[in-house]
Parts: sequence; structure tokens; C-alpha cells
Amino acid sequence: MSALLEIQDLSVTYRTREDDLPAVRGVDLTVNAGESVGLAGESGCGKSTLASTILRLQPPSAEVTGAILVEGEDVLTLGWGELRALRWAGASMVFQGALHSMNPVQRVGDQIAEPITLHDSSVSARDAASRVEELLDQVGLRSATARSYPHHLSGGQRQRVMIAMALACRPRLIIADEPTTALDVMVQAQVLALLADLVNELQVGLLLISHDLSVLGTTCDRAVVMYAGRVIEQGAAFDLFARPRHPYTTALAAAFPRVGNHAARYAPAGLPGDPPDPRDLPSGCTFHPRCARAVDACSGHDPRLLSIDDGERAVACIRVTQEVPV
Amino acid sequence: MNASTTATNPNTASDTRALLEASRLQVTFTARGRPPARGVDGVNLAIGQGEIVALVGESGCGKTTLARSLVGLEPPSDGEVRFEGETLGTSTKDLRRYRRRVQLVLQDPTGALNPRHSVYDSVAEGLRIHGVVSSRGGEDRSETQLVAHALSQAGLRPPERIFLNYPHELSGGQRQRVVIAGALALQPELIIADEPVSSLDASIRGEILALLLKLRDDLGLSLLVVTHDLGLAWNIADRIAVMYLGRVVEMGTAEEVLQRPKHPYTKALLSVVPEMDELEPQVLRGEIPDPSRIPRGCRFHPRCPALADGEAERAGVAGDCLATSPDVLPAAGPHAAACHLHP
Repeated sequence: MSALLEIQDLSVTYRTREDDLPAVRGVDLTVNAGESVGLAGESGCGKSTLASTILRLQPPSAEVTGAILVEGEDVLTLGWGELRALRWAGASMVFQGALHSMNPVQRVGDQIAEPITLHDSSVSARDAASRVEELLDQVGLRSATARSYPHHLSGGQRQRVMIAMALACRPRLIIADEPTTALDVMVQAQVLALLADLVNELQVGLLLISHDLSVLGTTCDRAVVMYAGRVIEQGAAFDLFARPRHPYTTALAAAFPRVGNHAARYAPAGLPGDPPDPRDLPSGCTFHPRCARAVDACSGHDPRLLSIDDGERAVACIRVTQEVPV
Repeated sequence: MNASTTATNPNTASDTRALLEASRLQVTFTARGRPPARGVDGVNLAIGQGEIVALVGESGCGKTTLARSLVGLEPPSDGEVRFEGETLGTSTKDLRRYRRRVQLVLQDPTGALNPRHSVYDSVAEGLRIHGVVSSRGGEDRSETQLVAHALSQAGLRPPERIFLNYPHELSGGQRQRVVIAGALALQPELIIADEPVSSLDASIRGEILALLLKLRDDLGLSLLVVTHDLGLAWNIADRIAVMYLGRVVEMGTAEEVLQRPKHPYTKALLSVVPEMDELEPQVLRGEIPDPSRIPRGCRFHPRCPALADGEAERAGVAGDCLATSPDVLPAAGPHAAACHLHP
């Protein structure tokens, strides 16, 4: 299976007048066709920066090193024309706040048709309209929805329209940044089931970003956890959520308790402290000041992401990998 | 951030006197040329002294309208709200006194704080509005002391250090603590929190929930938490009321409702919680209907999996599901569901 998306040693640093802010610090990540990969972490861990860099949507102040290969072509060196072709058709993005990503005074059908006609001027208005109908059907909306304005729709319907838009130019890769965060459990379940169907039926690759590991665990094939700009654990998604190995992943998984788990009753689990300031990262393992299992060696040794369990899992924690004696 | 002492002793409204009680509460919105929308359509709900009740349901089920009505922000079109047995008045003076004892904490801490107000001013605002400056309970306490006390109760210690900070200088968790401190400054008896952690990061979520539990344990506060998050309800609630289209459709202790659900709606909600892998996901089609067009019979029947798969038919109640609305559940009492399958 050839990789649809291959990110190699990616670093993104925001340059400000005073200092440099390293947001992503050497990340490798692969997404294959027909595969869904989850990306988890707290606000500020670099997951959204990583996602926007894939389509070169990062702000101009960001300095990017490494490589981002989409179907073998490096996004970072593409010319403007090629980059335009890549956006929407090669890879497209579903953002978090559906309402803010739509034009409030344009009918949703026209908004879905826009990328289709922009990308291929030979498409007639009639063909575009029938494609819109097909897309709405694909995301489970009635064709009459095309004539609605965004404010006529519920949150779940809007998020479906966003997904229809993302599918408009038949992309091979979909990047969804917190697509269900503002939605109810039932609507969330509907949207996640829709994304999973698209991966299976259209064989697209999906990169799903969420801070909720339980969502990734049930929707994705593999999952990657980021902390302070680095990947600190990765593996099979459900197994990662059910049996986390890195202490940070453990805390993240415990934040969403299993209903019926009596240990969580009247005992909500949190993680004390805030994520580190990227300008002033802790020495050694960047997680050690918040880590419940930290030992002296953790502040002195920067752990590498190493394979364990016959390559099923990779973890950057010396307490797990025994990379150095602890 | 762990283990509350009340784990074995949840206070429930059935064994203590209700602090706040809604009886057959109805909130109807009217607009010209449209049928009235019954946002809250006959709800009985009681919250006991020191009790944590979770009100769960999807967007549009009326849970926020109910919460707003309980603090007097939405006048009931029928039924009443009683606080310590006294019916809530509608005059400005009555409501003002009442709102000091019952505080509302909203979803998004960033939106709830004025970006140009310092932490100190945000917390002191309620004290100034209600004219609480000194001599409370016999001892003289200055505004500064009250603000500092509220902030440290909300877990921001030492409080003086963040007095002069502005919201943008704080993390999401700190902002939510400031909002909670603003509510605590007035020494309320009940806090109604609408989705208190849904806009917060996974790591902060547990901290805020632990704070709410601690406030109940230390101060004997009662809490009504409005949420669509069943994991949250499992984390902190003594009792759970499940709401659908303006009505409470199931009520009981957290264990009863979440581990032995009766209502098909509660069962469906539980089955789609991502971590409930042992349940076959029952994704309901569509969304909650418009409250101006509440279906006849049981309001859930058009989406009800138990009616669709023939369970109701086999139990001989399918006709009732289509024709008769189940009785409104009592405000407290044993585990019950408004469902013809569970009379």
C-alpha cells in the first residue's frame, strides 16, 4: 500500500519579533488510502498547526522544515498552480466551527458547487447542480437542503454540508479538525459514522483530529498522540485508548471516563498544570513536570519515540521503553 | 483531584427536603404567524440540599430553557418554581434576592468574562450589584477579602496574584475558575452550570469537575449540571434527569439511569457514547423535532427504536405509543421512565 500522505521530520516554528515559537518539532506521520488516522492532544500541542501545514495554510510567520508528501509530491515545494490543484482535489479540510466556515448569505448548494466550478470551468451549472445533489445524498441530507441558507440548518446538518463541500472535488485525503467537538453525542455518532463510511466506500484517507481519545478509538484505525509539538505515542487506535502506555496518553484517556467504571464515580480524573510554554520547554522529557510517574532521569534525558510490542506501538517515555536505565 | 467523601452517601431529594423544585413547569415561546413552541413542556424536577443533579439531553431538548427558567430568566407560562418551599415571584425585587442564592455558570468562560475587566472586577461585579460590601454574618469583610476568598475557593491560590490579570492572560481552565469564583462570591446555595466543561481541554475537564464536587462537599452547595455528556454525569451526578423534547423522560440515580436504563431514548444515547463498545450502537436517525410540532402520543415515537423493531408491538403497547402521551414523571422518587413499555 503506497502512502497517500507522508510527513517526514516536519518542524514548524512561528517567528515573532522577540523570539521563536516551535509549534511542531520533528513529526513523522503516514496516512494510507482507505485508512483513518487519529491525531490527539491538548490545545497548543501543535496538532492544528500540523494539519494546516499539510495544505500549506500555515501563517506566513511560520518557518517549515522537513517534507510533506501527498501522493509522492512535496507540498512544501509545489508552485501556486499545483498547490491550488492539490487543495480540494488532492486533499481537503473540514474545520471545527461549521457556521463560521460558511457564507451566511449564500445558499448552501451554491457554496458546495463553488469549488467544483472553480476547479473545472468546463463543468456546466446543471452538472454542478446534479453533483451537489449527489454529494448531499452522500452525507445523508435531502436535496432540498441545497436551497437553504446556513442559519436554516442545525449544527449537525451544517457539519454534513461542510463534509459535502470537502468531498466536492473527490479528494483522496480528508483532514478533519475537531469535526464533532461542538455536537451532541447522537449527532456526533451520525457524523463519525458518515466519515467512517466515506473511508470504506471511497477509499479516501482520513486524518481526524480530536482531543477526545474515545472518539478516535472508535472511529480510526491508528492514532497518534502529540505533546508539545512531538509525537509521544502511536499505535492501533482502540488499543491505544483502551491500553495507553505513555503517562500522558493515560491521563488523556481517563479524562473521558467509561460509564459504568466505578473507579471514575465521584472521581473525575484531570491532569494538573498547563501544557508547557513552547518558548521555554522543560529539559529532558517535556512532560516530566506534569507526569505522575516521573523519576530523576526524566528531566535529564529527551526520550525518543521507540517501538515496543513488536512494533505495534511506539512510545516516547523512558519508563516504558527503558531507553536509559531508570 | 480524587475521591470525594460523599461517594457512599449521595444526598437525594427523596430523603432530604427539596431546595429547588419545579412543578409542571412550562415555558412556551410564541412568534407571530407560527404555532407556539413548547420549549419546556411540563417538567417536575427537584434538587435536594447538597445534591448534584445532571440534566442530560441533546441540543434542542429544552434543557437550557429549563435551566434559564429555574433562575428566573425565562418566565414560566404554566406551573411554578419553588425555592425552599416558596414560589418564585416575578417582581424584580424578588428575583434579585433569589438570584443571589442561585447562580448560573455558563458554557463558554471566554464569552462569560468581559475582556476589559480584570479578574478582580469580574468577581466583584456580583458583589457590587447586590450591594454586598461589608457586615455579612456579623463579621466585617471587605470586598477585597470576599473576592480573595471566592477565588481561593475556586482553586486559584494565592488569589492576590491574579487580581489584576485580564481574561486573555489566563488559560481556559483558569477562566472557568474565575467564572465559578464570580458565582461563589455571593455565597449561593445552588449553582446551575450549563455545560461547564464542554469548551475545555480534556486535561482541564477533570479538574473543573473535581472542583464542583469539592464545593458540594465543603460548602454543602447544590448543583444542577446541564450537559449532553453522559461521562460527565457518571463522574459527578447523584441523580440524572434525561430530557427529550421539553419533557423529562427518565429519572433516577446515576447508577440506575446509566447502568440500567429503561427508556429507549436513554438506551440509544448510551449506545453511541464512544467508549461503550459492548453496546450495539443505535444511531437514531434525524434530530429532535421542532418543539412547535410535538408528535402526538409519545413524543419520542417517530424515532423510537423499540417501536420500530416491534418490541412495543409484542408488549401490546404500540397503539398507546401512537395515541397516548405517557404521564409526566414526578419530581423525585424511584427510578422511572415516561414510556409505555415501563408503566
